[in-house]
Amino acid sequence: MSVLLRASGLCQRYTTGKKLFGKPSTVTAVDGIDLEIHAGEIVGVVGESGSGKSTLARMLLGIETPAAGEVEWQGGPMPNPATPEWRALRRDMQLIFQDPLAALDRRMTVANQIAEPLEIHKMLPRDQISGRVAELMEKVGLRPDQADRYPLELSGGQRQRVVIARALAMSPKFLVCDEPVSALDVSIQAQVVNLLYDLQQEEDLTMVFISHDLKVVRNLCDRVVVMYLGRIVEEGPADEIFAKPLHPYTQALVSSVPQAGTGMKGRIVLQGEPPNPAARPSGCAFHPRCRFADAACKSQVPPLMRDNGRLAACLKLRTLPFQDEKQLTHA
Amino acid sequence: MSLVSIRDLKVSFDGVQVLHGIDFDVGKGEAVGLVGESGCGKSVTWLAALGLLPLKATVSGSVKFAGKELVNAPRTTLENVRGGRIAMIFQDPSSSLNPVQRVGKQLIESIRLHRGLNGAEARAEAVRLLDLVGIPSASTRIDLYPHEFSGGQCQRIMIAMALAGEPDLLIADEPTTALDATIQAQILDLLARIRAETGMAMVFISHDLGAVSAVCERAAVMYAGRVVEQNGIQGLFKNPRHPYTVGLFQAIPQLDGPRQRLQPIHGTVPDPRHPPAGCAFSPRCARASDFCTSVQPGLVRQDDGCDLACFNPSAHAIPAAYGSSAMISEYAR
Amino acid sequence: MLNHILIRLVRAFLTLMLVMTFAFLVLRLSGDPAIILLGPDAPQDAINAFRERWGLNDPLWKQYLAYIAQVLTLDFGVSMRDQVPALELVISRIPATLAITVPALILKIAIGIPAGVYAALHRQSIADRGVITLSIFGFTVPSFVLGLILVLIFAVSLGWLPSGGQDSWKHAILPIATLSVGGIGIMARFSRSAMIEVLGQPYIRTAMAKGLSWRDVVWKHALPNAAVPIVTLLGFMVGSLIAGAAVVESIFSWPGVGRLIVTSVANRDLAVVQSLLLVIACSMIVANFLVDLGYGLLDPRLRARRAAH
Repeated sequence: MSVLLRASGLCQRYTTGKKLFGKPSTVTAVDGIDLEIHAGEIVGVVGESGSGKSTLARMLLGIETPAAGEVEWQGGPMPNPATPEWRALRRDMQLIFQDPLAALDRRMTVANQIAEPLEIHKMLPRDQISGRVAELMEKVGLRPDQADRYPLELSGGQRQRVVIARALAMSPKFLVCDEPVSALDVSIQAQVVNLLYDLQQEEDLTMVFISHDLKVVRNLCDRVVVMYLGRIVEEGPADEIFAKPLHPYTQALVSSVPQAGTGMKGRIVLQGEPPNPAARPSGCAFHPRCRFADAACKSQVPPLMRDNGRLAACLKLRTLPFQDEKQLTHA
Repeated sequence: MSLVSIRDLKVSFDGVQVLHGIDFDVGKGEAVGLVGESGCGKSVTWLAALGLLPLKATVSGSVKFAGKELVNAPRTTLENVRGGRIAMIFQDPSSSLNPVQRVGKQLIESIRLHRGLNGAEARAEAVRLLDLVGIPSASTRIDLYPHEFSGGQCQRIMIAMALAGEPDLLIADEPTTALDATIQAQILDLLARIRAETGMAMVFISHDLGAVSAVCERAAVMYAGRVVEQNGIQGLFKNPRHPYTVGLFQAIPQLDGPRQRLQPIHGTVPDPRHPPAGCAFSPRCARASDFCTSVQPGLVRQDDGCDLACFNPSAHAIPAAYGSSAMISEYAR
Repeated sequence: MLNHILIRLVRAFLTLMLVMTFAFLVLRLSGDPAIILLGPDAPQDAINAFRERWGLNDPLWKQYLAYIAQVLTLDFGVSMRDQVPALELVISRIPATLAITVPALILKIAIGIPAGVYAALHRQSIADRGVITLSIFGFTVPSFVLGLILVLIFAVSLGWLPSGGQDSWKHAILPIATLSVGGIGIMARFSRSAMIEVLGQPYIRTAMAKGLSWRDVVWKHALPNAAVPIVTLLGFMVGSLIAGAAVVESIFSWPGVGRLIVTSVANRDLAVVQSLLLVIACSMIVANFLVDLGYGLLDPRLRARRAAH
């Protein structure tokens, strides 16, 4: 498969609390990420708040310019924001967020919302737009009679369908979904996830799916990236990474998913607070919460190590439980 | 005898009925889950029981706590029960604490109210409670404001505040929904531990079946303002009977086994202003018959001890979602 | 915190310079002071002499620099009309204005806030509707109309109170009443909506779930939070203590700052207008600073944000 998007050494810093005198303090949201996204795959990004997953997504889309590193789109460099090339690229890349109501204009009907990007980019002659809108609505499972409804008259799941239809209007190549189903009820979540999967297949989309819900990610995505404090701590095929997590953080994350009927027994409950990018621990950022951390973890930043097509960043990888000890080589 | 017994509890907002006669009991020291999707009335049930709904809500039926009627009871009766006998914690911990008051002051307020402690004694008790719920260096951080704590820590403080009154029952209304995965696990762990130490009863309201099964002994599933199924955790999870419960289980993606296409429940929750005739779930139910769309099923005790409101329940069998995946089509790839 | 105060001082200075520049431009460009003050029929010699005397013949930028230099040395010039130092003239009028605006402010607070809070706590009641209706009346009726109505009723028809002047405390009653009615209305509306907003917050539900009495919920949890937005409006009202009574002072011939504004603008008495603007801008800046301090006292989150600066 060809590489659609390649990120190398991506970093992003934000300045907070500008002072009149003295240095402004910076927060590193993303700290050196290398990632390849192949055409036609679904890559899941998981991690807790503060892990930098949304920042990474915005840099992949070219909406944010990285502080360091670069993003290549189809082999060429990402154009600078607001240039004509960048604007042309917007059609190929679409973003779907968690809150559909915030993404929609409350005073516009469903049909007009979906037609808007077609009109702005002059993709179609005027007389063909309504046909295309009807086609898109059918594709995302909206009834024709809902065309004249307003967002507030729809349920959460239906609103997210409108957002998806609008994103598809431009026939994009690359779709980033940032927590697209987190605000929806379980039964509706499954409807929207299935819709995204079917569309990905039919439209030959490449997709980045950001979510804190490991169960959804595992069943939808081909490959999964686990982030902690702006770094990738583990990466691998979806069914392997959750069946046999390598990194202690991934292990805790998998273990924290409440499994029906199992109670609290045998679960790894991580101590300490969720990661705070403003106070990054030395060495391995995860060491204050890690069961296996020792002195070395406090001082050395672990590199991503390759193991049988899997990547993990942990100094203790060789000595951890459920771990194949062969085939550990530097990535 | 049960600690709380709810009978035929009905609630409507501006004439729109959202709760259609709930019967529910909580025994002494018992942990019961209340499961359902947003708008099913699981939170409204307990807000109504404690008189915490806005004035535009009309409440009827009966909620008896230790023999005392709480529905439409005088303000003083409710104030005596709230906090001291029945405590409640909420979904969004950060905004559930008063932002302009130090957490210690808010905690001491509860201690003073329910335990009659004052001054240094009350403060010492507040520090002890913060310590108990796992706030590090409690004796200094007691003087901080809520915004100086993370969401998980705010929920711990809420739990400490709930414990201040040494309640008989804790209502935990989606206490982990707003928190990150690893912090969710911490809070569930804390709730389970505290319940083991104090022996208080707990009602755990959640849309997350996994979380419910982690901390509860029994659970009730609600749909559109009614309890549709109620059983022990083992029975409910091994053998769900109501098609909605089955659907809920199937909709949860699995973390093990082969990767699967998710199994949604088709359609959407009915609009409470225009409820369907008969069983509220019938428009979404594959097993619905003509009878289901015209007659409302009541909650009936079954032979195996399960309470069920369904004319065509799933057969006694381990459902597809739990254990076997043969019935579920895999992603074709 | 020190940093924060420094930033504010620099900003205050810049604001003042902007106000002074604006005043200069508007007044110089909107009419010739010589003609306005001496009258259109004045002999050309007199006009020339006047222009020479006040430096009005220099190019505009030269006048501006001279003016800024004066301002920076705290010299605001002499009233063209009365020949007394302009700043002194302005300051001498302040006590008279405060004599009516301060009591009016006290009334706005003492009546407006309780009325608004009461209405919020008894939503949809008759009292709530009454408060809403009266407050709409209060801030929609312009003060010159209200002032005249009050004069007609209490001075002309009933003869209980004097219609103008500053001879006794009785003379202050009608101006104070006219000034406070609109403010009471605004304050009541604002307090009501601030309180309703706060009562819907999750921490109020927490306070109730704790078992606190309704009284304690309102006094200990709702009011301190509702106070934050109310302080903003209060700051605005404090800021207009000096300049906010122009219309009312004119109606009741009250010899305060407001009337000085009207007469000095009409006369293009530059030095006086500039001094007035400076004093008014200063009072606004001080009020803003007080609001800022008030926020800090009321809301620890703002205090923290500030400490980070």
